[in-house]
Amino acid sequence: MSSLNCQRQSLTFRARSYMAFVLSPQPPIIEWLADLDATLERSKGFFAGHPVALDLSATRLSPAAIGQLIESLEARNIRVLGIEGIDPIDAGAKLPPLLRGGRGGQEVEVPEPAAASASAPVKKQDAASLLIDTPVRSGQSVVFVEGDVTVIGSVGSGAEIIAGGSIHIYGTLRGLAMAGASGNSRARIFCHRFEGELLAIGAHYRSADEIDASLRRGPAQAWLDGNTLKISAMN
Amino acid sequence: MSDEKSARVLVVTSGKGGVGKTTSTAALGAALADQGDKVVVIDFDVGLRNLDLVLGAERRVVFDLINVIHGVAKLPQALIRDKRLENLYLLPASQTRDKEALTEDGVAKVIAELRTKFDWIVCDSPAGIERGATLAMRHADAAIIVTNPEVSSVRDSDRIIGLLDSKTEKAERGERVDKHLLINRYHPWRAARGEMLSIDDVLEILSIPLLGIIPESEEVLRASNLGSPVTINAASSAPARAYFDATRRLKGEEIPMQIPSESRGLLNKLFGRKAA
Repeated sequence: MSSLNCQRQSLTFRARSYMAFVLSPQPPIIEWLADLDATLERSKGFFAGHPVALDLSATRLSPAAIGQLIESLEARNIRVLGIEGIDPIDAGAKLPPLLRGGRGGQEVEVPEPAAASASAPVKKQDAASLLIDTPVRSGQSVVFVEGDVTVIGSVGSGAEIIAGGSIHIYGTLRGLAMAGASGNSRARIFCHRFEGELLAIGAHYRSADEIDASLRRGPAQAWLDGNTLKISAMN
Repeated sequence: MSDEKSARVLVVTSGKGGVGKTTSTAALGAALADQGDKVVVIDFDVGLRNLDLVLGAERRVVFDLINVIHGVAKLPQALIRDKRLENLYLLPASQTRDKEALTEDGVAKVIAELRTKFDWIVCDSPAGIERGATLAMRHADAAIIVTNPEVSSVRDSDRIIGLLDSKTEKAERGERVDKHLLINRYHPWRAARGEMLSIDDVLEILSIPLLGIIPESEEVLRASNLGSPVTINAASSAPARAYFDATRRLKGEEIPMQIPSESRGLLNKLFGRKAA
């Protein structure tokens, strides 16, 4: 498993711009928060998972008050990525970084509840893994691009598991396993007993014919080393 | 057909053709009837029917399953009572139609009506995974998966087990169809030479409980050609005994599993062994 000694490349930095929601609190802050709550009530989770910047140019808050405001927002599931419109002296180490040079975007309307459920369903964030506790039979196809797949049991000849993340099989793999299907090159395949037909990570694959016969019938794992699919026994 | 019954619906299936579904349906149906239960065997192989031949009823077919589904005949008119076992009935398939003539509602109605009149409904599935096979398994409470100890048959059985877990009424209700493995055409000498998958290999791959091991035997072929299931025609032969044991296991009895061996007589007992 000595696959991590890849060559160091010189560090490069790039600038990149992103879209973020901008919240502009108006004094008095207490009332502004109440208005915000009313909006969120109509559209729960509208900001969840989205980057949010805080424009404080309309307020005059002390660093402690800004800290408190950010905490109140976090309690509402709004995570502040950066602040703009305050004096650089006030932007202490405890606060999110100061943003400058933001370009205006169009105004975003908070959707009404009916529209919200139709256009932007708010999903509860589950752990990105799928557990299958029955054998996967020939002809069955398990596709889970959101994350890892764990199978307690065997994967039959002619069955396939396709995962965005890694694949763990606590049984015999006789079929096909494709990990990293959504581009995750660090995804791996682990199986308790390998008798598979095809292993793939991302776009790199190997058929059973091209896999060292000594690996068959034992525990094995596959991972990507650069552009090479590597397979080794696990003991 | 007086007292109200509540039948258990069995499907005999395999995916692959030629592994012995029809002969096993006939042998198991006859064995169950011989033990006093009231049994109907249904041929779902519309267009390629065989169960009537294996049961020796081919010259008595007037109406068939498709006629009943299409309302041309009533169910009692299509049922053929066996001449040797009064508890055994056959519902034949049509030879002139194809599987498209089977409708989901029609099959559901026929099964529902039979359930009240029999102890066992044994559905002989056609090979494949298409309409005929899926409708044969649709209402099953339990499945008997017939497998030969060779890789292609085992993989097809694996496929069928997956379908039993997704396409049956029970599966759609979130329940499980009981699954039983019947290993057919087992050659003791080929197994000894490693020319066939071993019983352990088959069980490891399919991981469902073993119902029985039927040895390859000329008795089975002879019985089929005579139109008489081996459990009637040669009830004391090795395959017939294996089928009888299988039906008793189906009813919940614990019977040690006999791995067929070539040596006869006393040695046979020494090789008796319980499989997983």
